[in-house]
Amino acid sequence: MRFKGTESYLTSESLRSAVDCALALQRPLLVKGEPGTGKTLLAEAIANALGLRLLTWNVKSTTKAQDGLYVYDAVQRLHDSRFNDKDVRDIRQYIRHGPLGESFAAPERRVLLIDEIDKADLEFPNDLLHEIDRMRFKVIETDEEVVAKHRPVVVITSNNEKDLPDAFLRRCVFHFIEFPDKDLMQRIVHVHHPDLADRLVDQALGVFYELRAFSRLRKRPSTSELIDWLAALKATGISNVKLDEQLPFIGALLKREQDLIAFADQFGGRLPRRA
Amino acid sequence: MFVPFLYELRSRKVPVGATEAVALGQALLQGLHESSLDGFYFVARALLVHDEKHLDAFDQAFAKHFQGIESASIELTKELLEWVREARQPDRSLTPEEKALLEQLDLKTLEELFQQRLREQKERHDGGNKWIGTAGTSPFGNSGKAARPGIKVGDGPSMKSAVRTAGERAWKEYRDDLVLDVRQMQVALRKLRAFAREGSHDELDLDRTISETARNLGDLEVVLRPPRKSNTRVILLMDVGGSMDPFAHLVSRLFTAAKKATHFRELRTYYFHNCVYGRVYKHANFREPLTLPQLFAETDRRYKLIVVGDALMAPWELMSVSGWSDDEGLEGVVHLMRLREHFPSSAWLNPEPPSSWWQTTVDVIRKVFPMYPLTLEGLGDAVGQLTKAR
Repeated sequence: MRFKGTESYLTSESLRSAVDCALALQRPLLVKGEPGTGKTLLAEAIANALGLRLLTWNVKSTTKAQDGLYVYDAVQRLHDSRFNDKDVRDIRQYIRHGPLGESFAAPERRVLLIDEIDKADLEFPNDLLHEIDRMRFKVIETDEEVVAKHRPVVVITSNNEKDLPDAFLRRCVFHFIEFPDKDLMQRIVHVHHPDLADRLVDQALGVFYELRAFSRLRKRPSTSELIDWLAALKATGISNVKLDEQLPFIGALLKREQDLIAFADQFGGRLPRRA
Repeated sequence: MFVPFLYELRSRKVPVGATEAVALGQALLQGLHESSLDGFYFVARALLVHDEKHLDAFDQAFAKHFQGIESASIELTKELLEWVREARQPDRSLTPEEKALLEQLDLKTLEELFQQRLREQKERHDGGNKWIGTAGTSPFGNSGKAARPGIKVGDGPSMKSAVRTAGERAWKEYRDDLVLDVRQMQVALRKLRAFAREGSHDELDLDRTISETARNLGDLEVVLRPPRKSNTRVILLMDVGGSMDPFAHLVSRLFTAAKKATHFRELRTYYFHNCVYGRVYKHANFREPLTLPQLFAETDRRYKLIVVGDALMAPWELMSVSGWSDDEGLEGVVHLMRLREHFPSSAWLNPEPPSSWWQTTVDVIRKVFPMYPLTLEGLGDAVGQLTKAR
C-alpha cells in the first residue's frame, strides 16, 4: 500500500515516505508542525487515498487514555436500576467504545486520527503504549478482550505544547511538516481557488511571505489564513494587493492586537482602534 | 551497513537504539527506500528521528556519513548539465546478469572516476555505459537504470538529492541546545506541575457515589469531591544589573514564560544583585526589600526555587561579610546555603555557557546549587531535578 496524496491534499516526498513507512511497519505516524500546515487533514487524505473510513479522537486537556478505549456508564446503570426499565444485569449495555476501541472492533481497517495528543496530561501517551503496541485491551467490567481484527492506521498530531515521552516516541514514525515554500503554496492555493488570476496569487503570496518574514509578529499567518484571505479578496473583486498600510482585510491574516499594532507601526497607517 | 550511521547519530545525541535499528531494517527489507539514497534519507529520517530538535543533528550526521556521494567540489559545466536535463527514457531494462556484471564501485573510486571522466568527456552521451549521460548504465548521470550507487548529475525541478538536502541544514532553528524563546520555556516549565485535590467540592466522585448508594440500599446518594488542581508554587529569583545586562533579554523571556504559566498555583519573583545578602527585592530597581527570615516565614519547603544568575562576582562578595544591616554578620555564600537548605527543591540557571563555569565564584556556587545552563536542554534538566526533589 503506497500513499500518493490526493487531489486536494498535496504532499512532499518526505511526507509520502513517512506515511509509507508507517503503513508498511504498522506503526503510528506522529505528525508535528506549525499550526495550519495540514496535520489534521493528512489523516483525512490517507483515509481517502486508501479508501478507508476515518475515526477522529479529539484530545482535550481532560481526556484520559481510558476514554479512547471504552467508557462504563455506571450512573446510567444506577439510574436504570431504580426504575427497572432495562435489564441492568447485562453490563455490556453500559459499555461504550471510545474511538480507539471502535477502530479495534470495526469489521474492516480504519484510519484513526488522534488529534492534538499534547493537549492531554503528560502521562496520556504512556497510558496508550500497550494498547497501540498490542492492538488489544480488556474490558474489566465484562472480562472480555477487544482485539483489533485489522490494525488501524494511526495518525497522531501534536502541536508541541508538551514533550512526548521517549518510550512513546520510539514506537512512532515521525514526520515534521515544514511550512510550504512558495511553489508548493502556489499549488495549494490553486487547489482551493482554481479560478483566481495568477497575477493576484503572485502578489498575494509575495505579501504573505513578506509578512511571515516580519520578525515582530507574535503569530505568523499560516496556510488557512492565506486561503481565507484570498477568499475575501476574491469575494470583493480586488485584483491588486501590495504590502502597505492599505492592505485589505489585514484582519484575516493577523489575528493578534499586538501584531496589528506592530504592522501599523512598520508600514505606517492608522493604529487599529480598540473595540 | 547502516549501523555505523546509528552510532554517528548517537554521538550527536540523537537517541537511537535497537528499536530504531530493527524498524529501519524492516523498512529496508520491504524496499521502502526504493533502492535510492534519497529514499533512504527519508525513510531513515522518519524512523530514526522522533523530535524536530534532532533533525539538524540528523542532517549533519547524514551529510558526514554519506559524504563523497555528493562531490560538491566539482564545477559542472553548463553543457554537461544540459545533456542530462534532457534526460532520455531508458529504452530497455537490464537482465539480472547484466546488473551483476556492473561493477559495484565504492565511493572513493566512484568519485575519482567521476572526476576523471569529467576531465576526459567532450561530448554528449545517452544510453552508454561509461560516460556521464542519461538513460545509460554508467554510474554517472541521470535517469539511468543501474542498480548501484552512483553520482547523480542534475535533477528534476522539485527533487533535491538527500545529501544536498542534508547539507542545507534546514532544521537548524529547531535545535534544542540553542537559546530558547518564551514558548519553548513555557513548554519546559509546564513539567513543573503537580496536582492535588483542594478547594470546593464540585466534581462527581463516582466510586464513592456507587458505594454510598449501595450502602443506602439503592437510593441514589451523590458524593462530590474537589477537582484536581495544580499545586506547584515557584519562586523565581533573578540576578539583575552588571554582568547580567547582556542576558537581560533572555531572562525577561524566562520571566514572561513563568508569568504566563497558568499551572502554577503561586509564582513569586524576586531580584538580587550579584549575590544574596540577607535580603531580596520585589522590584528590579531594588525597591521593597524582603529579608531572608521574612521570606522563609512566608514560604515553606514546598516552594520550588529557581535562581537565575551568572554567578560572577568579586570573590569577596561571596566569601566575606557585606556589612549591610540585614546580613546578620554572615557571608554571601552562607546566605545562599540557607536558601538551598530552606528550599530542598531548587536549581540555579546560568545564562553563561558551561564552558565558562571555571571561575572561582561560579565553582563555589555550583557546590551549593545544582547549576544548569539557561538553554532548553538545561531548563529541562533543571525542571527534572526540581520535580524529583520532594
